[in-house]
Amino acid sequence: MTTRTPLLAAQRRGAPARAPRRGHRARRREAAAGWLFSAPAIVMLIVFLAVPIGMAAWVSISDWGGIGSPLSAGVRAVGLTNYRALLTEPGLPQQDLALSLRDNLYYVLLVVPLQTTLALFLAIVVSRRALRGRGFFRTAFYFPSVTSSVAISIVFLFLFANGGVVNGLLGYVGVRGPNWFSDPSGVLHLILRAAGVSRPPHLLAAHGLLGMSWWGWLAGPSMAMLTLVVLAVWTTAGIFMLLFLPALYNISGDIEEAALVDGAGAWTRFRRITLPLLRPVLFLVLTLGLIGTWQVFDQVFLITQGNPAGTTLTPAYLAYQVSFGNEQWGQGAAIAFILFAIILAFTILQRLLVRERGGGANPWSQT
Amino acid sequence: MRTPKSRIATAGIAAGLLLLAAACSSGGSATTTAASGKPSKTPLTLMFGSSGTAETKAVQAAASAFTAHSGIKVKVIAASNLTQQLAQGFAGGAPPDVFYLDPGSFQNYAKQNALEAYPGQLANSGGFYPALRASFSYQGKFECEPKDASTLALYINSRDWKQAGLTKSDIPANWNQLKAVAAKLTTGGRAGLVLDQSHSGIDEFLYQNGGTVIGSNGKVALSSPQNVQALTYLKGLMTQGIMKFPSQLDSGWSGQAFGENKAAMAIVGNWVVGAMQSDYPKIKYQAAALPAGPTGTKATLAFTNCWGIPATSKNMAGAISFVRFLTTPQQQMAFAKAFGVIPSLSSLQSQWQQQFPALAVHTQELPYAHPDIALPGDTQALAAFDSALAQLKSANPAAILKNAQRNLQAVDTQAP
Repeated sequence: MTTRTPLLAAQRRGAPARAPRRGHRARRREAAAGWLFSAPAIVMLIVFLAVPIGMAAWVSISDWGGIGSPLSAGVRAVGLTNYRALLTEPGLPQQDLALSLRDNLYYVLLVVPLQTTLALFLAIVVSRRALRGRGFFRTAFYFPSVTSSVAISIVFLFLFANGGVVNGLLGYVGVRGPNWFSDPSGVLHLILRAAGVSRPPHLLAAHGLLGMSWWGWLAGPSMAMLTLVVLAVWTTAGIFMLLFLPALYNISGDIEEAALVDGAGAWTRFRRITLPLLRPVLFLVLTLGLIGTWQVFDQVFLITQGNPAGTTLTPAYLAYQVSFGNEQWGQGAAIAFILFAIILAFTILQRLLVRERGGGANPWSQT
Repeated sequence: MRTPKSRIATAGIAAGLLLLAAACSSGGSATTTAASGKPSKTPLTLMFGSSGTAETKAVQAAASAFTAHSGIKVKVIAASNLTQQLAQGFAGGAPPDVFYLDPGSFQNYAKQNALEAYPGQLANSGGFYPALRASFSYQGKFECEPKDASTLALYINSRDWKQAGLTKSDIPANWNQLKAVAAKLTTGGRAGLVLDQSHSGIDEFLYQNGGTVIGSNGKVALSSPQNVQALTYLKGLMTQGIMKFPSQLDSGWSGQAFGENKAAMAIVGNWVVGAMQSDYPKIKYQAAALPAGPTGTKATLAFTNCWGIPATSKNMAGAISFVRFLTTPQQQMAFAKAFGVIPSLSSLQSQWQQQFPALAVHTQELPYAHPDIALPGDTQALAAFDSALAQLKSANPAAILKNAQRNLQAVDTQAP
C-alpha cells in the first residue's frame, strides 16, 4: 500500500496523460465506497470510543464537579493539579493511590500466573484422548466463567465468612481459620512476623514511593485480597482453558511421535514442544489476563468495598469512589489515565519478554 | 488508504463528530432556572433510595396524594444506588426535581451551588431539630429540609439482661456502669456490647466526653485530649473482651449481631427496629438512652436525609410545593407509621412518643444529638478514619485521631 504513491508519480511522468487519470478516478470512487461502507463502524468508534476518551482526558485536567456537561462554560482547566495531587503531593489522595496500586499489583502477580497455569493444565487434561467424558469436564471447568460474577461473589462471601465453610473445613484439620474479610495484615508481613521480624528495618521504613514506605509496599496481599485472588483464578481459568484447547488440538501428532521416538519424556515433550508451539496463545492469555486483572472492579465493589483498611482497594474502584462518592471527577479521571499508563507499560514489557524468548518472532503477527 | 489526504479527511470527520457530540452534551447544562412564582403543571420526578417495600409504598402514596391535591403529576423512581444515579442525573443536566439526599452528598452539591436553597420560602423551616438543621447547612445556610430523623440508642436484649440478674435500675447512666453491665453480660460466645466500627458508630463517645469533631469555629477538632480519652475507654472495653465490632462477630452490622444474639447490647439507630421485626421477631428487647460521659454530658448522633431540589428544576415552584406537602405534620406522621422513622419536626415529639412509647427514647435524645460528620469531598478521609477505627483494639487511639485530623483538615482547607 505504501508503495502506491511513488508508483503513481512514475506513471504520471512516463505514461500518456489519459490512462492514469481514469485510474485515479476509479481509485477515488473505490475509496469513496470504502469510506461509505466503513462509515458506520467509524462513527461507532468515534462516538463510543474516541469522544468518551477525549472527554475523560479533558475532565482529568479540569475542575468539573459533576454538574452539567464537562464542556459547559463554568468548567475551568486546572492543568496537572489532579495528577499532582495523586503523584507528587503528600496527602490522602496519594496514599490511597499507592495503596490501590500495591493491592492491585499483588493481585496481578498472583492471579495472572495462577490462572494461566491452571488454564493450561486443565486444557491439557481435557484434551487427553484417553479421558472419558471430556465434554462433561470441559463444560464443568467452563461453568464458573459464564456464571454471573454477582452470584459468585455472594457465594464467596458465605464461603469465607468467619463461621463459613472454608473455616469449618480448616477447623476439621485443627487449623483456626483467619478472619478472612476483616484482618488487614499482609501475608508477607505475617510470614516475617512468624520468622521473628516484627519491626521494619530502618532502610525500608524510612524510604518509600508515593508516600508509602518500602515496608508498606512489601506487606503482601491481605487475607481478603487472597479470597479475591482465588475467586478470580477460579472464574477465569475456564475461559482461558477454552483458548488453549484449539491450539493444543492444532499440535500435530507427528511431532509428538517424533519426539517419542527420540526418547523424550512427558516433561521434555511439554517443555520443548507443546509450550513453544503454544506461545502465540500464551501471549494472548497473558495479555488478556494482565488487562483484566489491572481493571478489577466488580468483586471489590460487591465483596469488600476496599476494606479491611484499604487492603483490597484497586485503582478502578478508587476512581469510582472518588468520582461518584466525592464528586471529584477530575481526580477520578486522572486515576483512570494513570491506570491506563500502567496497563500499557505492563503489556509492552510483557510483549518484549515473550518476543525475546521467541528469537525475534513477532507475537502480534502470530496471533 | 494511508494517503495524507485520507488522513486529513479522517481527522476532519473526527473533529466534526467531536464538535457535534460536544454540542449535544452541553445542551443539557443550561443554567436556566424556571423559578417562576406560580407552580406550573410540568410533571415532577422524585428519586429516592428505599429501605424496603413499606417505604416505597408510602412514598408512592404520598406522591399520588400530592397529585390529587395539586394536579401536578409525579414520577416516582426508587433508585437502587441513589448516590450514583443522582450523580448521573446531575452530570447529564437532568437531575430529578425532588430527591433524598444524605448529608455527605449534600455538602458536595451545596459546595457547587447545585441545590436550590428553598427552606427560606417555607413556613416550617424553623421547626426542625437543631442537629438536623446543622446536617443540611452549608457555610451556615440551611438549604435542604430534613425528611426524618434517627438517633443512636442502647438496645438491650431483655432475656440476656434478666439472666445476668440485672434489673431496670441497672440500665447504665454513665460509662462506668456501661462497662460493668457489659462485663456481666459477656459470656463465652457472646459479647456484652456491639457497636459499628465506623465514625458513625463511635463518634457519640467523643461528644459524651466533652469533645467534638468539628469545633465551633468550623475547624476540624478531632485530635483533642478528650477524644483520645474517649477512644482509649472504648479500646479498654475491647481489650477486656466485653465490647466487639460486628465483623468480629461475623455480622455485617451491629443490628445483625444483636438480632442473632451474638451481643447482648448494641448501640444502634432506630433503623434496627425494622430488621428486628422482619428477621428476628422472637428477640425481646428494649431501647434506652445512651449513657452520659464522665462529666455527665449527654450526647448521641443524629442521622437524616433531606428533600433535595436541584437549582435547575424545570418546575421549581412545583417542586417546592411538593416538599411543603411532604414535610407537613400529617405526612411526616404517615411516614412514621408506615416505616418507623422519627418525624424531623420537633413539634411532633409528644405525638410520636404517644404512638410509639417503646421508642420514645430516640426523640428524647434528639435535642442533644449531634450531626454525623460531613464535609465536601470527605469520602476518602472518612474511609481512612473508619479503616483505622476498625483496628482500634490493636492501635494507638491518639495516632488514629491525629491521622484523621490531618486528612480531614486537608479536605476542609480545599473547601472555599
